[in-house]
Amino acid sequence: MVGRARFAFTVLCFGYAFLYVPIALVIAYSFNASRLVTVWAGFSLHWWQALLHNEAMLSAAWLSLRIALVSATLSTLLGLAAGYVLARVPRFPGRMLFGSLVIAPMVMPEVVMGISMLLLFVGSQQFLGGPDRGFLTIVIGHTTFSLSFVAIVVQARLADFDRSLEEAAMDLGATPWTTFRTVTLPLIAPALGSGWLLAFTLSLDDLIMTQFVAGAATQTLPMRVYSSVRLGVDPQINVLATIIVAVAAAALIVSVRLTRR
Amino acid sequence: MGRKSAAGDLTMRAVIALPFAWLILFFLLPSALVLAIALGTNAPDAAPPVELGWSLANFGLLFTDDLYVAAWLSSLRIAATSTLAALLLGYPMAYAIARTRPERRPLLLMLVVLPFWTSFLIRVYAWMGLLAENGILNQVLRWSGLAAHPGTILGTEWAVHLGIVYGYLPFMVLPLYATLEKLDWSLLEAAADLGARPIAAFFTVTLPLSLPGIVAGCLMVFIPAVGEFVIPDLLGGTGTLMIGKVLWDEFFTNADWPIASAVAICLLVLLVGPIALFQRQQARSLERR
Amino acid sequence: MNSQPIVRIEKLAKRFGEIEAVAGVDLEIVRGELFALLGGSGCGKTTLLRLLAGFETPDAGRILIDGQDMTGVSPHLRPVNMMFQSYALFPHMDVAANVAYGLRRERVPKQEIRTRVAEALALVKLDGHGARRPAQLSGGQRQRVALARALVKRPKLLLLDEPLAALDRKLREGTRFELVRLQEQLDLTFIVVTHDQEEAMSMASRLAVMDAGRIAQIGTPHELYEHPASRFVADFIGIANILDLGNGQWLALRPEKITLSIGRPDMAQAISGEVVDIAYEGDRSLYRIAVKGGPVMLVSRTNTVRTSEEAFRRGQTVWLGWNNDAGQVLDG
Repeated sequence: MVGRARFAFTVLCFGYAFLYVPIALVIAYSFNASRLVTVWAGFSLHWWQALLHNEAMLSAAWLSLRIALVSATLSTLLGLAAGYVLARVPRFPGRMLFGSLVIAPMVMPEVVMGISMLLLFVGSQQFLGGPDRGFLTIVIGHTTFSLSFVAIVVQARLADFDRSLEEAAMDLGATPWTTFRTVTLPLIAPALGSGWLLAFTLSLDDLIMTQFVAGAATQTLPMRVYSSVRLGVDPQINVLATIIVAVAAAALIVSVRLTRR
Repeated sequence: MGRKSAAGDLTMRAVIALPFAWLILFFLLPSALVLAIALGTNAPDAAPPVELGWSLANFGLLFTDDLYVAAWLSSLRIAATSTLAALLLGYPMAYAIARTRPERRPLLLMLVVLPFWTSFLIRVYAWMGLLAENGILNQVLRWSGLAAHPGTILGTEWAVHLGIVYGYLPFMVLPLYATLEKLDWSLLEAAADLGARPIAAFFTVTLPLSLPGIVAGCLMVFIPAVGEFVIPDLLGGTGTLMIGKVLWDEFFTNADWPIASAVAICLLVLLVGPIALFQRQQARSLERR
Repeated sequence: MNSQPIVRIEKLAKRFGEIEAVAGVDLEIVRGELFALLGGSGCGKTTLLRLLAGFETPDAGRILIDGQDMTGVSPHLRPVNMMFQSYALFPHMDVAANVAYGLRRERVPKQEIRTRVAEALALVKLDGHGARRPAQLSGGQRQRVALARALVKRPKLLLLDEPLAALDRKLREGTRFELVRLQEQLDLTFIVVTHDQEEAMSMASRLAVMDAGRIAQIGTPHELYEHPASRFVADFIGIANILDLGNGQWLALRPEKITLSIGRPDMAQAISGEVVDIAYEGDRSLYRIAVKGGPVMLVSRTNTVRTSEEAFRRGQTVWLGWNNDAGQVLDG
């Protein structure tokens, strides 16, 4: 028993070190006085100040946040509908196709989804005269892959769901819509909340799809980070990483609290 | 079960039609477009730079030009070895978490998931500083005397492997944990009672019973790894060929849309098997509930 | 008691794929009775209940409730309420909100809802538990909330799906009488689905035994026990010795209708055999007796005296005797 406990302890120490040491170093070097990651030149908030005055980065972040808010909300609504249909409507024309279409964006390589989405928008611009590439096209792109994740979360929650709760509501006189509103929806709300958070994170972090459909004039936060990082290590990115990790940790704690209740 | 088709009423029709229409318009139709463009030819002076047609020349090029074949093969190879490495690291972790005291598990799991909620791009970036020629890893190696003149890992396939394992480890650990957590540990006691040593019990009981988790975890790492772009681009340097990066370069650098589309189609063909397997397993695990 | 049927089921059929869950059932249930549907798992009793509630649509036949054809009527429009086997209490609502749920759907005024919920909770002896959540209740309390929730709408017909199955044995017996008391007090019609014959026999005014989607026999508990119509019913309800009389005729003989003695008894039928096994059950003992050249028969004896010794020993040769009217003759 002692041997097994020591094995587990060693494995977990190694595993978590692997996961967290790189992140910890990125955070530490956001407070480095030197520009180089190779040299520790003392504690400084220099890069924090630089980032907070980096107008391009800040406006990109603001754009990314707005895109993430809209696409997360949109994909939660569509994903709720899709997940509900997957879990509760066993037969309708095209059910097989529907099932495959919902799962496909999850497993489709993003470069492929990106190129296909761009081709669609180029085509629609040619033949319909719009939409212009930018905010709207990015929202559509993000919504399309996020809705799959929300749908799967909703479907899984509904599959665990005790069907007799819905039957009881109908038995007591609730119409299908009232049943959904008063019983189903409140009980899957935590799943919907974490689905929304997931969609929000996916959108906020997306580079590939965005790069394809953004158009020339639009730059989101990941696009800025990418173009900066390609040139090498940049301490301002370390500052950004620190903020992102802090926010993600806070969000995760909140969502764990929500689902536990 | 046997319930009168709920699709009958209008609300239900809208609930089905909305996501269905969205996916057809923004997923199915664009995928068909990729195929159409792949059959066209490059027209650098036109806008968009494509001339539609029915030519299989692009696909022919993919099979004859060594670059594409090599990219294809090395994508598969790198994805496969990285998946194996992730399994070898992820399985003991999932096992260890599943065997700790129940009240500790949520925290340990949360710590596995947390990196996933931060930016993927930034997590890849984190390794750039670690693996650079004068990076932290080499400094540690030199300082500790383990290697006086360590080579540079950044820009090699080693870095790509590390990046993939690091980026996708949560996807490996979570499904593995899900199956191991449900495992009835008294089965191991029964095996021991019947004379199996711990190692034998592991290979004859634990491993076979956790096979669904192994398959799910491996597919969840393998599928995105094959088409990965960010990791080979930032960590792999020019020496690493991967198909996602080839597609990206064809599209953005060479502006050759038909070839990029043909590469996209081939990437999908490559993944049809694993994706079908993944979907089947998803369906089965939902049924089992 | 009004003897006009409240439920009339005509040639009802429902299949799931290959399985005929309900295969042509005709049934009438009288107003104010406590009717039990008894059968093993997969016999179709739960499907029949769900057809009544409207959760399943029949493939053929129809259901009339209080003279109204229920074909095509959605569950939420039927004058029927159900108590679910899992109770199906809404976990996100407190007890009072659970009980009030059905009344809210009818848009009953708030004040009236409050009084009726309080009445219903008092009826099931849960006064003052209105603010609790289902998760904070014991199994027995949850069962009573489910009952109150189904009763508060004053349905013409209350369907109870295995109402006692989730309770432990001690609680089950008390609750059984409680259900009968409520049914009589409120003068409602109950249909209870159960796999427990003791439960069905002790509660029901009439019961139907179901087998493979069909009704094997309908009658009072007494009729079913003493006058089973088939070998299936004789064997399903209680214990029966089934003896081959030849010519395709059988005799179903209950163990307690047979007397045991050392010497040959002065009865119409008498055979001897050897005691092969004795099962002591406290209130009675069950003897397995191998009749010479015949079957092993079961005989029960009530243990009326507190002697420690069994009256008969294993291996002993004994006589079995019964009168001609002790058993039921069956054709097949």
